[in-house]
Amino acid sequence: MKRSLLFIPLILAIALGIVLFAGIGKDTSTLESALIGKPVPSFELASLEDPNRTYRTDVFEEKVVLLNVWGTWCPSCRVEHSELVRLATEEGMPIYGLNYKDNRNAALEWLQNLGNPYELSLFDPQGKLGFDLGVYGAPETYIIDAQGIVRYRHVGVVDRKVWTEELEPRIKQYREES
Amino acid sequence: MRNWVLILLLCMGGGAVQAASDTYPLDSQAERERFNTLTSELRCPKCQNQSIADSNAPIASDMRAEVHRLIQQGQSSDEIMQAMTSRFGEFVRYRPELDQRTFLLWFTPLIVVVVGLAVVAVVVRRSRRSAAGDAPVLSDEERRKLEGWLENERDGSSTGTRNGQQ
Repeated sequence: MKRSLLFIPLILAIALGIVLFAGIGKDTSTLESALIGKPVPSFELASLEDPNRTYRTDVFEEKVVLLNVWGTWCPSCRVEHSELVRLATEEGMPIYGLNYKDNRNAALEWLQNLGNPYELSLFDPQGKLGFDLGVYGAPETYIIDAQGIVRYRHVGVVDRKVWTEELEPRIKQYREES
Repeated sequence: MRNWVLILLLCMGGGAVQAASDTYPLDSQAERERFNTLTSELRCPKCQNQSIADSNAPIASDMRAEVHRLIQQGQSSDEIMQAMTSRFGEFVRYRPELDQRTFLLWFTPLIVVVVGLAVVAVVVRRSRRSAAGDAPVLSDEERRKLEGWLENERDGSSTGTRNGQQ
């Protein structure tokens, strides 16, 4: 028997070790969105502030924006809200809000008390657009490029670190592309 | 007395089952079965180790409602699975489709079994060959040597016998 064959189990064990080690520390609870690279699902939703005004999918075809999915029932949304306000006022980042499965009055009160970072607010009480986007836990924040294509999804709170490390570089890139 | 308690318990149990299926009423038995199969084969994206049939997460209940709506619309199970994966990704399938990425997932058990059988076959054949090799094959040189020793031995013993007789 060739001596070198004896090393096969060792090599297999090392290969398996590398594969398993690569998985350590990975957060398996955040999923990549199935919509990356696809257009925002078509929708027709009322404005949060004005029930008589409706928005359609074409609101996303102007510039690179953040789409932030939130609700007053969501404690983490409250945590990230001040950062969103900062992004809107200090960084001039256009943010669209998707008020998800919420109560209109509660949402309006929230924006009045905590500040309104949203350039426009979509009201989605049944969670229809949320469902089509594959939202599975608020808050979620999407980068939508100027062609209305979903480029990135962040699940969870947006804080300073998420902004500088995940969102800002990508937004710059998509702005340059468009 | 005991019978009454039993009957009471049975009634309560029956009521609970009734309530569960009333939430998603469907016309035919086949559709109800399809609903049950689909909801148990879709994984909840939020609580990742539960099917949407088991999970209490709001997203799971939305997904159940959507499956129910699509069944009522007469969509096939494939179409419904497609509608779900286009939103939530391949992740929500407990049984992923066979493609390039999932190839290993599907075939690793088969590959392992085949490799194992190959190893067993090689080992068996090798041990059989070495068992056959135990019957010593002598070279001509060795045979001559051996015959020489045997000759000597025979001569020696016959001498010994002769000596003994004397």
